[in-house]
Amino acid sequence: MTQDGSSPDQASGTVHPGPSRPGADELVQLVDPHGVRHPHGHYDDLVADVDGPALRKLYEDMVVVRRIDAEATALQRQGELALWPPLLGQEAAQIGSGRALRADDFVFSSYRENAVAYCRGVDLADLLRVWRGNASSGWDPYTVNMATPQVIIGAQTLHATGYAMGILNDGADAVAVTYFGDGATSQGDVNEAMVFAASYQAPVVFFCQNNHWAISEPVGLQAHVPIARRAPGFGIPSVRVDGNDVLACLAVTREALARARSGGGPTFIEAVTYRMGPHTTADDPTRYRDANELEDWAARDPLARLATLLDSLGLLDADYTDSVKAKADAVAAELREGCLSMPEPAPSDVFRHVYSEPNSWLDRQQDHYERYLTSFAQAPQEGSR
Amino acid sequence: MSTMTFGRAINAGLRRAMDEDPRVVLMGEDIGKLGGVFRITDGLQKDFGAHRVLDTPLAEAAIMGTAVGIAYRGYRPVVEIQFDGFIYPAFDQIVCQVAKLHYRTQGAVRMPLTIRVPFGGGIGSPEHHSESPEAYFTHTSGLRVISVSNPQDAYTMIQQAIRCDDPVLYFEPKRRYHVKGEVDEASDPASSDMGAARVVTEGTDVTLVTYGPLVPTARDAAIAASDDGISIEVIDLRSLAPIDFATVEASVRKTGRLVVTHEAAQSGGLGAEIAASITERCFDHLEHAPVRVTGFDIPYPYSKLEFHHLPDLDRILDGVDRVMRRPNSLSGLDAPSTTEGAAQ
Repeated sequence: MTQDGSSPDQASGTVHPGPSRPGADELVQLVDPHGVRHPHGHYDDLVADVDGPALRKLYEDMVVVRRIDAEATALQRQGELALWPPLLGQEAAQIGSGRALRADDFVFSSYRENAVAYCRGVDLADLLRVWRGNASSGWDPYTVNMATPQVIIGAQTLHATGYAMGILNDGADAVAVTYFGDGATSQGDVNEAMVFAASYQAPVVFFCQNNHWAISEPVGLQAHVPIARRAPGFGIPSVRVDGNDVLACLAVTREALARARSGGGPTFIEAVTYRMGPHTTADDPTRYRDANELEDWAARDPLARLATLLDSLGLLDADYTDSVKAKADAVAAELREGCLSMPEPAPSDVFRHVYSEPNSWLDRQQDHYERYLTSFAQAPQEGSR
Repeated sequence: MSTMTFGRAINAGLRRAMDEDPRVVLMGEDIGKLGGVFRITDGLQKDFGAHRVLDTPLAEAAIMGTAVGIAYRGYRPVVEIQFDGFIYPAFDQIVCQVAKLHYRTQGAVRMPLTIRVPFGGGIGSPEHHSESPEAYFTHTSGLRVISVSNPQDAYTMIQQAIRCDDPVLYFEPKRRYHVKGEVDEASDPASSDMGAARVVTEGTDVTLVTYGPLVPTARDAAIAASDDGISIEVIDLRSLAPIDFATVEASVRKTGRLVVTHEAAQSGGLGAEIAASITERCFDHLEHAPVRVTGFDIPYPYSKLEFHHLPDLDRILDGVDRVMRRPNSLSGLDAPSTTEGAAQ
């Protein structure tokens, strides 16, 4: 381990494009940081359908979710949100994997997967509901097949595994996909989830976004070897992918989903990426990380490299970039409007949905509180007390 | 009607629930071929298959967390925690996930989990095998907590717990597993309220509230007290969250005296909640402050000392004497000691 706590090979990863499926230490990369598309003997087939328009759509997705992220950060700075967890830098990992999913797959994520939620069709205002403090969650999981964001680190990996066990019982070919960060891999839940997933050969994909920082703790504090190397110890095949390469993320996720659908059991994906912003808007990364590191990773920006590739293919004309910008602006405006027009919850909502059936303790407390509130409405406007 | 042990009654209830609803799945360590360390699930894997009765790896958080996922998928999992003291690794999943998902999702996601917990002492086990952790869970909103004390309730209430759309912790007093009783297997679980307390014996002088393992002891205390001319009304709470305070309140309004007894430690325990709530509700009817007869605030002791820790017939009667203002173990100790007085 180096002095700053990071392992040398965690930060960069060694690129091994080649004819065979890479092992756990190699980094799958189809588009390099300079926007150059490299052929790959194993993964090219998995993205053979991704033609010019499809590449443009992936680019549009990434621009839009970056814009959503920037708008939400601005809303937080303007006092409209209590907090926001930015995904800046992780657009390729989330869009590449998110666009690989089928509608009947089910996602169990952490709280930073707003781009995955966008892919699932979550209503824009619903992304903000929690952070504005208007609800404990933003959406009905069953309308988009994505659980609401999990705050307890790693807990959702068990939910995904259990859901996948349910898929097995149903004889369906859907897949449960769980997202978590490098920090979560230290949690017992994540390790126990891998034990159960392997034991039952559950159709679950573990998608770890190694963004290098668990708040202020570097990934080297969590892992002395590449994180992807752990899964084979549980009997789970794993792959390490360049998380800033949207095409590679799409390819490895498609492969993992296909394996799960065909009875091949779980797969662990480590997407090596970087959180370019703070952990949340309450955080100050300048206190714990080197500015040079940020600069290095900015040079591997997932949007810039795809833009370069599109440009080299003659697909980045002004009409197209203008339309993408217009789309992003429209989404941002809709997001802002959805935030500002969000209805305030009613006082009695605090008691709703604690139980699905009546509960005498809570009914009594609600009754008392409602009578208390009513007493203000009935009190004389002046002269009392 | 048939006669069966308490443990067998739970087995019969599980079997009926699985017969009636294919979404009911059992999960836990050793619950398949072995039938559980207490044999509560005996024969169920053989009859329903390994996909309905899942032998799991040894990992309580994972059992609970995957049960959450299976419930997400529309199943009704029944999780067995092998021993009370093993529930703590699953604590986070229970209190942060199982209990809160319905609230968190504005009612969109239901968590109809039943968590079976063999609990309480009196069987001479080593540490972690005889604990009473119920108060941790009664303190957590979103959970229902019940405890059964006889074969009929065991049979009925396991089915009620499984049918309930809210998560239910089902505490089984393990020292009563082999006690026999009558069970009406034709009874409809929907015909009774899972949250209702049961008046075990009627009385007019003292209300004695308990649940689970101490119900038979409390009933014995009522019989013994009647020899002294004291009439005790014993109430088996059955539901610990929510508690059927209406039944307890009606009894205390009649008797004017309340004793609560449980094996769990005293501080912050259910006895404190019951004493406080009943005092709030019927202070003017009380002839004496409520009294608690409980386990001590200690880690569960090694087996040769456990019967000092567990409330027994005599300690309960001593509590009864206190609310009756009869000579008791604390008589004459009410005034500050000389030493305490000097310190002031």
